[in-house]
Amino acid sequence: MHGEDALRRIATQALEATRADQAEVVISADESALTRFASSTIHQNVFEAGIEVRVRAVLGTRIGVATTTRTDERALRETAHRAAESARYVPENPDFKGLPGPQPITPVSAYSSATAAYTPERRALDVKGVCDQAIARGLDASGAWSTGELELGVANSRGVWAYDARTHASFKTVVMGEDSSGYAERTAVDATTVDVDSAGREAIEKTLRSRSPVHLDPGEYTTIIEPYAVGTMVDYLSFIGLGALSVQEGRSFMNGHVGEQIVGDNVTLWDDGLDPAGVPMPFDFEGVPKRRVVFFDRGIAQGVVYDSFTAGREGKESTGHALPAPNSYGPMPLNLFLAPGDADREALLAGIRHGLWVTRFHYVNVVQPTKAILTGMTRDGTFVIENGEITRPVHNLRFTQSVLDALSNIEAIGREPMMLQDEIGGTRVPSLRIGRFSFTSATEF
Amino acid sequence: MRDYARRALDLAQLRGASFADVRFEERRVQSISTKNGAVDALLEEESQGFNIRVLVDGAWGFAASAVLSGPEVDRIAALAVEIARSSVLAKRENVQLGSPVVSQGTYRTPFQKDPFAVPVGDKIALLLRADAAMRGVGGLAIAEAALECLRIRKTYASTEGSYVEQDLVETGGGIVATAVGEGEVQQRSFPNSFGRHQGTGGWELIEAMQLVENAPRMAEQAVLLLGAPQCPSEFTTVVIDPTQMALQVHESCGHAVELDRVLGMEAAYAGTSFLTPDKIGMKYGSEHVNIVADATVPTGLGTFGWDDEGVPAGFTPLISGGRFVDYLSSRETAARFDKPSNGTVRAGSWSRLPIIRMTNINLLPGQWGFDDLIADTDRGLYLDTNRSWSIDDKRLNFQFGTEIAWEIVGGKLGRMLKNPTYAGITPEFWGSCDAVCREWRMWGTTNCGKGQPPQTMHVGHGTAAARFRNVRVGIV
Repeated sequence: MHGEDALRRIATQALEATRADQAEVVISADESALTRFASSTIHQNVFEAGIEVRVRAVLGTRIGVATTTRTDERALRETAHRAAESARYVPENPDFKGLPGPQPITPVSAYSSATAAYTPERRALDVKGVCDQAIARGLDASGAWSTGELELGVANSRGVWAYDARTHASFKTVVMGEDSSGYAERTAVDATTVDVDSAGREAIEKTLRSRSPVHLDPGEYTTIIEPYAVGTMVDYLSFIGLGALSVQEGRSFMNGHVGEQIVGDNVTLWDDGLDPAGVPMPFDFEGVPKRRVVFFDRGIAQGVVYDSFTAGREGKESTGHALPAPNSYGPMPLNLFLAPGDADREALLAGIRHGLWVTRFHYVNVVQPTKAILTGMTRDGTFVIENGEITRPVHNLRFTQSVLDALSNIEAIGREPMMLQDEIGGTRVPSLRIGRFSFTSATEF
Repeated sequence: MRDYARRALDLAQLRGASFADVRFEERRVQSISTKNGAVDALLEEESQGFNIRVLVDGAWGFAASAVLSGPEVDRIAALAVEIARSSVLAKRENVQLGSPVVSQGTYRTPFQKDPFAVPVGDKIALLLRADAAMRGVGGLAIAEAALECLRIRKTYASTEGSYVEQDLVETGGGIVATAVGEGEVQQRSFPNSFGRHQGTGGWELIEAMQLVENAPRMAEQAVLLLGAPQCPSEFTTVVIDPTQMALQVHESCGHAVELDRVLGMEAAYAGTSFLTPDKIGMKYGSEHVNIVADATVPTGLGTFGWDDEGVPAGFTPLISGGRFVDYLSSRETAARFDKPSNGTVRAGSWSRLPIIRMTNINLLPGQWGFDDLIADTDRGLYLDTNRSWSIDDKRLNFQFGTEIAWEIVGGKLGRMLKNPTYAGITPEFWGSCDAVCREWRMWGTTNCGKGQPPQTMHVGHGTAAARFRNVRVGIV
């Protein structure tokens, strides 16, 4: 790890070298390792150490950005020069109201020295344990066990300095049989608390239960969706329409509906970068502290997230959801929470005469963004529910479904949410029982 | 770089590696985008780094760093060996690489005009002219234009004696016109979806696009789509435009023939493939379907001198006369079948492990002229420009959406239709192909994702329009 002092030195050098009215420096440094396995053997085992210095130069309202992976004085000077030179070619943009000023940042700890010290040998032994479990049952295990540490430093010429160091540990596995498969994942800040063996057992149990799947006609079914799949739906909602840019461009399902019942009154969805139950991030990529933002409060649309640019357009304050500049995607929620309910597994299943149990979704994509219609496949454990019991495994099905309609039709919510780590940030969601979920075709396995 | 390469390889062998290879990369990317009359982004990226891959006791280790110095080379080489030794703990059989590969030489992307030599001001002016041409159409909500220039200088060396240097240049650009209606968004992209077509080559690729000239047509279509009738739900004949054919080839063939995927190496992420080794020779499509991997095609994003294992760029038939004949392979995967690699291994950046990636996966042209094909089609849909895509984890069940469709009635293009989608099962779909056009060109896909940790690759697809019978359309 470089440490706060080292990152601040680099940022200061780069700021001083930037000949502009305003300047911002974002430094991200990481050391990450990933042990990957397939057919119950480690087949890829990797490590990377990297650093990126990103300089944003502002001349009036003209902006240029340049990056480098070198931190020597000459490289920083050249990068600052490239950023400022680029800005000279850009026309003025009256929508840009300037870089944010400093605000108090609430520190949130998401660092474990145990994770930083996790060795290749230890990862390999963890993986071997899961592989041995699978081999003993005549199955094949594949997956990835990744650990790493990330440092983020943000500074600007208005006095912003924000620093955070975090670690991540994420274990994912797909276990496969002749005609079946199962999935599990576990994530934590501290790698030593990740129960890799239980993930292996969960995936193996799902694989064994999903042997000899049968065909099921596509159609609308009452469907129980595990947190893995709920997390995917929530992630796509955030990508499609929970940021201010999509609203300002008229592309969001939130347009014209703030204050209205947009999903079921049992749905409360929010973003909170400071909640230690998630993957906490105290500030965004402009150094603005994260604010808790509620999207749906008992189903009523409340608002979206902002960065300084989109906030400036409306005379509002940034909510601390900027991505690295230049950012054409707009602000993005990265720490999502869906409120759990009170249903245990039996309660979720109770009363379903003929329905489906879905473990996770695969290759989801957006079909129609303003209605939040997604399509994708089920994967790694899809079962028929009959009279409140999981009975038979079925071939995977394609769904084509509006997420908003699905969230308007929730019959029960699981009581134990699960933490799922994304590339940046994470999602904490429970299982859902959805009254009608549309499956439009089936595949052959 | 030779000295660093020698140092890394020597240290790896000293510490017990039976094989090692090392890659150095310097990358420069310039990205410019505009939106509604303003410059949305102007980004100049530079990155550099190196990586080393080692085999110790028949197991792999890999390590990468952004710091290029003697001590760091030593640290990373030693770490790669340590990681490989840990891999041995969960090894079931030794990795085999087949016969040694010894390549020497240099390769440079041929181009006419260095894209980095074009002044930034001229680039911005071009994009803003295209932007203005779109916004000149009444009713358009968002006009976007973008371009990207990329240069990668990379060096590969191995303990077998390979040393190759490559200088790869890419240029790409495009426009997107977005119209917003009552709870509805419609867009038209040119030359390809999501605002960009890219190729290996120089500024001449941008000039050939004629972005400004095509901008009003895209904007007009986006606005008209708001009021167009919905694509019907039915089984019908479809003629698919070359850009959507590129996506079709990519998802249902290119990924399906990656041998690492077939052998289960991607099972934990993107999945496996229905094209298991026992399927060699199976009927993948009709006799009109011929698909090849060709890393030598001019302007292809998958065109290079050597892959990231030092294997020379090559040509491999994948589907011949509708029959499945071969895979995309690496040294390790090909060795399992006592064959040499056909040179498709690439890494997305200096920090990523090289893995099998598509090169240029091309549907070979047929005999039909496009106008004749439409005239020959009594009833159906012409589907144009990809909008969404999804396929199952064995590459069988797919559902794709395009930005626009036109009815074909009595051999003529008719009404515009919105929100077209189509779906199928891969071999059934390709089996229904009864015509491929002869107007053929290369397309570039810049967002192909694979691997853990994830990495993005630029790949190419040469395609022409093609016709398919009895296809399910109008899923939504």
